[in-house]
Amino acid sequence: MEHADRIEEVSGPARFSELTVDGLRREFGGFTALNGLDLTIRGGEFIALLGPSGCGKSTALNLLAGLLEPTGGSIWLDGRRIDTVPPEKRGFGMVFQNYALFPHLTVTENIGFGLRMRKVDKKTRTERVRKVLDLVQLGSQADKHPGQLSGGQQQRVAIARAIVVEPQLVLMDEPLSNLDAKLRLDMRTEIRLLHQQLGLTTVYVTHDQAEALSLADRLVVMRDGVVQQIGTPSEVYEAPSNAFVASFVGYRNALDAMLTGRGVDIGGITLTVAADRELPSSGRAVAMIRPDNLVVAEPGAPGDNPVPFTVRVCEYQGATFAVEGAGQGGTVLHAQSGRPLVPGEEVVAHISPDRILVYPDPGQQAISREELRLVAGGEHH
Amino acid sequence: MRGTPTVATPEGRTDLRSWARTHGMTPVLWMVVPGVVFMLVFFIYPLLYGVSLSFQGKGGPLSAYREFFTDGFRNDNGSRESIWITLELALAASIINVAAALPIAYRMRGLVRGKRVITAIVLVPMTLGTVFIASAMNTFLGPAGWFNRAVLVIGLVDRPVTLVGNFTGVLLSLVINGFPFAFLLMLGYGSGIDPSLEQAAAVLGASPRERFRLIALPLLLPGLTITFCLSFILGFGVFPSATLVGNDAGPTRVISKIAYTEYSNAQYATASATAVIMAVIQLAVIGLVFWGRSRLYRGSTAGGKG
Repeated sequence: MEHADRIEEVSGPARFSELTVDGLRREFGGFTALNGLDLTIRGGEFIALLGPSGCGKSTALNLLAGLLEPTGGSIWLDGRRIDTVPPEKRGFGMVFQNYALFPHLTVTENIGFGLRMRKVDKKTRTERVRKVLDLVQLGSQADKHPGQLSGGQQQRVAIARAIVVEPQLVLMDEPLSNLDAKLRLDMRTEIRLLHQQLGLTTVYVTHDQAEALSLADRLVVMRDGVVQQIGTPSEVYEAPSNAFVASFVGYRNALDAMLTGRGVDIGGITLTVAADRELPSSGRAVAMIRPDNLVVAEPGAPGDNPVPFTVRVCEYQGATFAVEGAGQGGTVLHAQSGRPLVPGEEVVAHISPDRILVYPDPGQQAISREELRLVAGGEHH
Repeated sequence: MRGTPTVATPEGRTDLRSWARTHGMTPVLWMVVPGVVFMLVFFIYPLLYGVSLSFQGKGGPLSAYREFFTDGFRNDNGSRESIWITLELALAASIINVAAALPIAYRMRGLVRGKRVITAIVLVPMTLGTVFIASAMNTFLGPAGWFNRAVLVIGLVDRPVTLVGNFTGVLLSLVINGFPFAFLLMLGYGSGIDPSLEQAAAVLGASPRERFRLIALPLLLPGLTITFCLSFILGFGVFPSATLVGNDAGPTRVISKIAYTEYSNAQYATASATAVIMAVIQLAVIGLVFWGRSRLYRGSTAGGKG
């Protein structure tokens, strides 16, 4: 009983008004996994921590859960400091990447575990478990063991187990990464739907920009333990704060550029940049362009910023074709085409001046070009 | 019309082949033969032979068993008593081994670095063998060994503690021999448990004690049962240490010693009967342990103290 009271004491009402993370740090030996995270989460918000593996997003989540101790900084829940409170007394819910369902307990017992720890009486427990089972459409699987369920069903049990205690904060650690592509899309929608229905404050960790953009109210883009940008999906998508964030949210073309007045020179071709776009002061820069903004034109058609290149690969994508080609000087270009192209074909693509983002050369920001390409090419599609 | 039989024969053969294949009967199956022959010749036959021998006592089919339970062996006495002595020794050693191995293996769960070093250290007593350990025990723990001298000097006791030549000696030897074995087995089971399960339980509000009782223990239980049973079987057949660090004329006259004495006196019927009794007791204990586990398993998972 005493134990249950202590949970209540910390968790208080189901909805908090503000959770503040202040300069949160975590080192492992000499390695800094999280280097000073500052973040304020409002009650009911859906926050996504986005970044490549090793960026510190999972570390941040484990610190919030209490599964790791911070080596610096603090976490405040409505003015109460909680970073020293053990996980069992925080009253949060968590969905693990591998689901972490108890293999020796049935679905019902798994979901009821948190309620049992809170000393909820058996009748109420059964009722609440049944309700949440209906919510995740698993009513018929109630008496099965986790091993008898499919990946998607296990995923639902994991979510049900986390939300049945009506936690004031739900933490999700790449919950969809073990599912196949179609199921991932379905579950993504279900998670968003659950959040809309229950209004549970959620912190969601992912390396998938599409997941983060579609689910979250606000994104926290991270790299090497440092926050790169915090903003709404459209802010991050339309106005990435730097070349790294841009490449992470789909600006696949990262072109070496020299500033020339109101434009940039990308190896012999000068691109005009819209007047309202901010430009670095001078010198070496990098131009970031989304493939769907670099559109292959009909032969001879007029347009802004013509970029000639030789087609190398043309992939069918339904409504359009994704084209990879070699520009002048061998620069790799990712473009879009409305018609099929043949490898070796010489074409011209156009880019609107207001669709070019120009950032100072990453070398000056200590981001390597290799890394940009790696992120741009590997982590999203 | 005449062609039918010649066509049917090859078809029939391929049918048989594909039938055999779909039922898992491939030529690889021949590789089982040496093993089966070995089992038949060196295990099944001697077993049946021994059991039948045990029914060939001089005073009728059950006379060897009757003699065992009435202490009527000509060369041996205390045969009935030996059951209790052996049971006590084996059970005590298994309980101590499992109880000691469980917390250490639990602490080491999820550990990767250092596991190999610890495993190697623990393996050393296993390689020494019963006889070496027994002679070491006689030297160190005997009345004039350093242990007794040390406790006498400190003043903990005023006369030497008897640690060898009795029940304690054999029990100690069984623990020294059996602990590494129990520990390694438990370590295997313990490290197989996903650490995120306990993290999940923690986030859901389970205290460290509840985490152990409700998550780790039920998951370790199958391993615990196997370890206990193997440890028990090892202890129940104890023979060298009962003679070397015990007193096999009285307090540690174990059942295998009875069988040995009968056998060396060419009393094959009574020796076999003793061996059969040993086997039945071991099977009974193992059956009891598994039955108890199935009861405990349900008890600790469903409902609980809610």
